[in-house]
Amino acid sequence: MSGQPQPVEPATESAPLLSVRDLHVAYPSLGGELPAVRGVSLDLEVGQTLGLAGESGCGKSSLAGALLRLLPQGTKVSGEVLLNGEDVLTMKPGRLRAVRWTSLAIVFQGALHSLNPVQRVGQQIGEAIRLHSKQSGVSKRVGELLELVGLPARRASDYPHQLSGGQRQRVLIALALACEPRLLIADEPTTALDVMVQAQVLALLEDLQERFGLATIFITHDLSTLAAVCRHIAVMYAGRIVEQGPSTEVFANPAHPYTRGLAAAFPIIGDAAFRMHPSGLPGDPPDPRDLPGGCPFHPRCPAAVDICPSTPVELWPAGPDRSAACVHVSGSPVST
Amino acid sequence: MSPASLLEVRDLHVEFPTRHGLARAVDGVNLRMGSGEILALVGESGCGKTTLARTIAGLQLPNAGEVLVRGKPLTHGRRALREHRRTAQLIFQDPTGALNARQTIYEAVAEGVRIQKVPGDEEQLVAEALGRAGLRPPERFFTRYPYELSGGQRQRVIIAGAMVLNPGLLVADEPVSSLDASVRGEILGLMLTLARETEIGILVVTHDLGLAWNIADRVAVMYLGRIVEAGTTEDILISPKHPYTQALLSVVPEIEQVEQRILTGEAPDPARIPSGCRFHPRCPLVESGEAARLGIEERCRNDDPLMLPACHAVAPPAAVAMESR
Repeated sequence: MSGQPQPVEPATESAPLLSVRDLHVAYPSLGGELPAVRGVSLDLEVGQTLGLAGESGCGKSSLAGALLRLLPQGTKVSGEVLLNGEDVLTMKPGRLRAVRWTSLAIVFQGALHSLNPVQRVGQQIGEAIRLHSKQSGVSKRVGELLELVGLPARRASDYPHQLSGGQRQRVLIALALACEPRLLIADEPTTALDVMVQAQVLALLEDLQERFGLATIFITHDLSTLAAVCRHIAVMYAGRIVEQGPSTEVFANPAHPYTRGLAAAFPIIGDAAFRMHPSGLPGDPPDPRDLPGGCPFHPRCPAAVDICPSTPVELWPAGPDRSAACVHVSGSPVST
Repeated sequence: MSPASLLEVRDLHVEFPTRHGLARAVDGVNLRMGSGEILALVGESGCGKTTLARTIAGLQLPNAGEVLVRGKPLTHGRRALREHRRTAQLIFQDPTGALNARQTIYEAVAEGVRIQKVPGDEEQLVAEALGRAGLRPPERFFTRYPYELSGGQRQRVIIAGAMVLNPGLLVADEPVSSLDASVRGEILGLMLTLARETEIGILVVTHDLGLAWNIADRVAVMYLGRIVEAGTTEDILISPKHPYTQALLSVVPEIEQVEQRILTGEAPDPARIPSGCRFHPRCPLVESGEAARLGIEERCRNDDPLMLPACHAVAPPAAVAMESR
C-alpha cells in the first residue's frame, strides 16, 4: 500500500472511530413492521476488531447494512452512527458516497455474486479507485492491492470465473481496501470457504489489521472463528446485544445462557465433553413481530427462572469489561 | 470392523474429462464401514469427497473399481439402481433446495414411499418417519409447506424422507453446513440417535473436523482423490500422523492456538496430480527440509505411497504396505 490510510478529516482525539448509539432498524412488511435491530450501541476505536455473533435473523447483517446505509428503501432506521463524529444516517448523498469506500468498506460472503462476471477483476478494482480517490497510477495501484492480498499482480486480467473461491474472496478484500478505508466490515467473509482457505483469508485480515491499523467489524455465526481473530465480541439475539466483552473470556466462560449454547455448538476437538455429544439450542429464534415478554430468550433458555418472562433485561455488568443481559449476572439489579 | 461390512469400496476410480485433460476426482479409494457406524469423510473442497459420496449413492458411474453394499456389488442397470437407492440414501447440504417448494411435507416424505413401492400404510409410514426425525406430532406437519418451516426443520424433513425407506446406509454431504450453529447440534444429535437406534450406517462428508469429533466413530481423510489417513476419530484427531491431517487440524479455530500450518494455495488440480506423494508440493515436511533430513525426499517426489497413513515419513518401509486398507 502506498502508505497508511489517511483520516478523511481530523478526528477529535477522544472520539472513537465508530460510535453507534441506540440504533433501531425496522423493515416494512405485510404483517406490520419488522423490527430487526432494537437499540444497539457500540464503540470501535482505531485498529480495533469487534466480532458480532448470532444466528440468522438476529439482526447482525441489518446492523452492518445500517452502518453503510445499504438497506432497502422504506427501511426505518433511527439512532446515530457516528463515523469520526459525523452521523452517517443524516449525511447528504454526495458526502455518503465519499465516505463509503474511503472511510468505511464492506466485504460480503458471496464472492461470486459481488463481482461482475464479464469484467476483468483489475478493471473492477480500478473503477473503484477512479471513482473514489485518484485518477493516475491506477493500474499500478491495482497490482499493489492484489499483491497485498496475496495474489500475483497479473491476476488483474482474469475474469472472476477464472479464480477459485478463496481467490475471489481475496479480490473482494482488495476491492474493499482500494480506497484505504479505516473501517472494514466483513459480513461472513469466510463462511463459503474451505477450512484451509478460510485460515488463509483470516490470516490475511489479521495481517492487514496489524500493518495498517485497520479497524474491523467481523460478522459471523461462528463463535470459534471470532474468538480466534477478534479482541472483543458482541453477541446478538433478537435485535439486541445480549453479551459483550473480551473474546477469549466470552468464549471460554460465557455469562449469558444464549452465548453458552452458541459456544457449545462449536466442539473443542480433544475435549471429552463434546465427544459423541453434539450440543445445540432447542427451539427457533422468535418471530421479531411477536417477541416474548421480559427476556426474549426465556422460552429457549435452560436457565430461565420465574421472573424471566416479566423482567425487562438490559446489559448489566458481568465482570471486568464485560456485560450481559441476563438476570443471573452479578450486576443485575434482580440478581438471583 | 465387522466381517459382513455394510459398505465396501474397492479401488474406486472416477474420472472426468476437462479442458486440461482427465481429472482423476477419485483415484483409487478403498473404504469399509459397518452397520450402526458413523464414518466422517473429511478433506478440502476439490479433494473428491463429494464425487466419492455420489458414486457410493449410485448417482455417478465409476470408471473402475467396485462399490459393495452388504457384499453385493452395485451395478448400474435401471432396476438395480432403484434398489440401490433405496438402500443407500443421499442427503444434501441445502435442505431448502432439496425440497419442492410447492409440495406439502407429507407429499415430500411420501414420494419415496410411492416410487419405491414400500409395503404398508403410507400415512403411518410418513408419520413414523417424521416422528423419528423429531417432527412431533407428525400430523401437524402433514399439510405444511417448506417455507413455513425453519432450516433445521427442513433438514429433518429431508432426513425423514430418507429414513422412511428404511435404508441401510445414509450418505450425508455437509448435512449441517448451511444451518445455524444452534440448530447444527440438534441435527447432529438426531443422526447420532438414528445410528444408535436403527443400526443405520452414516457416511458424513464434511470439511468440519468438529463435526467428526461430535458424532463420528471413524474418520477418513481424503486428499486429491485418495484416502491418505484413516482410523478411529480419537486416533486421527488427537494424534494425526499424516502431515496433511496435521495441517487440517492446526487451522481449526480455537482459542489456544497451536502453531498454524497454513498450506499455501488451494487443493491442487485433479487433472494434474503430482507424481510421487501427491501431497509433496504442499507438504511442510518437504518444504522445511525435514524430509531431506530423514532421507526420504527422493521417495516423496517419486514414489506414490500406497499404505496408510500415506506418508513416507510415517510408515516404516515395506512393512505396512501390505495392509493398504
